[in-house]
Amino acid sequence: MSTAFSAANFSTQSFPLNHTSTTTHDSPLVFAKPTSQFLRSTPKLRLSSFSKLNLSRRSGTVVAVSDVVKQKKSKSTPTLLITKEEGLELYEDMVLGRAFEDMCAQMYYRGKMFGFVHLYNGQEAVSTGFIKLLKQQDSVVSTYRDHVHALSKGVPARAVMSELFGKTTGCCRGQGGSMHMFSREHNLLGGFAFIGEGIPIATGAAFTSKYKREVLKEADCDHVTLAFFGDGTCNNGQFFECLNMASLWKLPIVFVVENNLWAIGMSHLRATSDPQIYKKGPAFGMPGIHVDGMDVLKVREVAKEAIGRARRGEGPTLVECETYRFRGHSLADPDELRDPAEKAHYAARDPITALKKYLTENNLASESELKAIDKKIDEVVEDAVEFADESPVPPRSQLLENVFADPKGFGIGSDGRYRCEDPKFTQGTAHV
Amino acid sequence: MAAIFQGVGAAATLSSSPSNSFVPKKFLTSPRRSFCVPSSVVVRSDGSVNFDLNSKSRRAQQLVANAVATKADSSAASSSSNPGHELLLFEALREGLEEEMERDPCVCVMGEDVGHYGGSYKVTKDLAKKFGDLRVLDTPIAENSFTGMGIGAAMTGLRPVVEGMNMGFLLLAFNQISNNCGMLHYTSGGQFTIPIVIRGPGGVGRQLGAEHSQRLESYFQSIPGIQMVACSTPYNAKGLMKAAIRSENPVILFEHVLLYNLKERIPDEDYICNLEEAEMVRPGEHVTILTYSRMRYHVMQAAKTLVNKGYDPEVIDIRSLKPFDLYTIGNSVKKTHRVLIVEECMRTGGIGASLTAAITENFNDYLDAPIMCLSSQDVPTPYAGTLEEWTVVQPAQIVTAVEQLCQ
Repeated sequence: MSTAFSAANFSTQSFPLNHTSTTTHDSPLVFAKPTSQFLRSTPKLRLSSFSKLNLSRRSGTVVAVSDVVKQKKSKSTPTLLITKEEGLELYEDMVLGRAFEDMCAQMYYRGKMFGFVHLYNGQEAVSTGFIKLLKQQDSVVSTYRDHVHALSKGVPARAVMSELFGKTTGCCRGQGGSMHMFSREHNLLGGFAFIGEGIPIATGAAFTSKYKREVLKEADCDHVTLAFFGDGTCNNGQFFECLNMASLWKLPIVFVVENNLWAIGMSHLRATSDPQIYKKGPAFGMPGIHVDGMDVLKVREVAKEAIGRARRGEGPTLVECETYRFRGHSLADPDELRDPAEKAHYAARDPITALKKYLTENNLASESELKAIDKKIDEVVEDAVEFADESPVPPRSQLLENVFADPKGFGIGSDGRYRCEDPKFTQGTAHV
Repeated sequence: MAAIFQGVGAAATLSSSPSNSFVPKKFLTSPRRSFCVPSSVVVRSDGSVNFDLNSKSRRAQQLVANAVATKADSSAASSSSNPGHELLLFEALREGLEEEMERDPCVCVMGEDVGHYGGSYKVTKDLAKKFGDLRVLDTPIAENSFTGMGIGAAMTGLRPVVEGMNMGFLLLAFNQISNNCGMLHYTSGGQFTIPIVIRGPGGVGRQLGAEHSQRLESYFQSIPGIQMVACSTPYNAKGLMKAAIRSENPVILFEHVLLYNLKERIPDEDYICNLEEAEMVRPGEHVTILTYSRMRYHVMQAAKTLVNKGYDPEVIDIRSLKPFDLYTIGNSVKKTHRVLIVEECMRTGGIGASLTAAITENFNDYLDAPIMCLSSQDVPTPYAGTLEEWTVVQPAQIVTAVEQLCQ
């Protein structure tokens, strides 16, 4: 993003987003750590005064390596961060996420899906930036805002849409729903409704990776786990407990905070004594990085480093991605508390538009190529809806099938036989 | 009435406790006399047998010797060929755990002080030395997170055994146990199995105070997707531990703080106890007494008194708290027509409450009297010894209850 987002431009802008400073801290780091100018201005913050909010919150933040590097290079020969193939892959993934979520909203209001549906519009850069660097055997753990994480990890759009429609062809046979996307094949370990619940699961998956390498002697096992969660979760005990354990045992995990500033209607600043989440990493002995989460290339650079660290066995990293959700918390959220100026500010920094601009301005792709991708994605999403529509709903026989991995767990009935042998169990009409 | 156990941590054996020696099946079919003259069989650990056919004459002398404990699962009881070995219950748990860890390298242990300390009740003693610090993991004090970590590890291929230092501490892990342990297999559409074992000591101890004296089986029983078992003898402790580790389902194994020093002779050969089956402790004719864990011993003590008074109670250790073994229980109800449940859970919402409902639902026609359920009082367990005694069911109450039932 050398043209739009380089640090060199920032002195002229009203929002000094990227201010780098290097201070020394204990752990050997690639990234710079900020001096804390933020805290001095905290008492003056008002939600209504957006520009002041923006200014004081932004100062003292750390930018990704890419920008530090770019400052040093001469501007006449901008180095590209991605190849054409990579660029198109990233673009396609983000457009898929956006188009899919928009279709979800449509389908919800048409009564095809129900319950709580949390859309990811605006945050695509984080999902794409991180997950596209992973291998299939790496694991991803998400929250209830998990559709796009599932898509980025490789779960087919058809399977996700079917799951949302509650059909038996869904990735979880219709039993999980919007908030519980799982895929064994793609190592997507959920999809959790309670915030913070997935972080220990991710820690466990990282533990398995270390165990396989050190106890089971699978020397080439370098699976990495990514845990995605939001700013609200960073005040939860499970977050801190897992930061501690991951750092203690140097687990191959990256904690990715999708800080979109809002936990339903609770502003991050009203809920958190020290809103700079990345600072909580060093307190547990791991690097804490803050990155612009609306810029997929910056996220990707940071992700490369963090994932690389984990793969080499150097331990966990805490990455705070400053991002924003364009829609409400869920489709049931009227979204009345957020300042329209704030929304407009981030809408102007739409990650898809930004990447498109980067690709075209650096001659990595033409408008028509990108439009072709747009069209292709539209077809994929349409196809997913069609598939989901035509898929059957789960039959009654499915009701009791997955309660236990070993159905002997239903116990022994009064006739002496295991209850799962009763035909009513396979029909789903038995009472448990 | 003085309780029959030594304090926690004392290495004393319980020589006066009901014998846990196993009985080869053939002795169980010895003919029963009439109501007033029950017979009983004593099998000593050295294999010698006493038939005690005329209890009337014996009543004047000592109390009738031990009620019989049977091992329904062991068909080839090693009474003559292989004498087995004697050990304490916590050692039996450790033996089971160690054997499973040797058998499958994916079995690992996680918990507070399980590694270098060897476990607060020594169930994991020396295992860290043998298997390493990663396989027997000392965790920080973060129950919710390390239980969740165990679940994540189970989802990705390991078979963790998570220890709660005291079962009560697992209340902090309720989020993970309920939402993830029980439900993930279902919500993932069967994609992920969670072969985790969660175990720890619970129950009312010796003046441990309210928070260390909790019975979590009543809180966990509603969670769909988990199995709960309670061990009560060294034999079934080892068998259930092994079965739980081998099971693909998440299993919660409830141990009792006061039972860790029970001594018994167990077979040398490999064996497991069926997770879903109940254990027939003492066959009888007049009343079915359903119990589990520590209350089994209060019941057996009461059984001695009852036998002397001329009753013939059938005692079943239900062992599987979720799901109930309705076959063993049902057969017993159909035979005796009277049911007494003796448990350590609270009166409200305990295992006894569920069991009462299950029996009423399934076997109502076979009952001659309403089901009686003796549970602990709905009182936080007091520290004072006398008060603590009165919150828990004592053998005298069991005797009174049976007399009432059998009127």
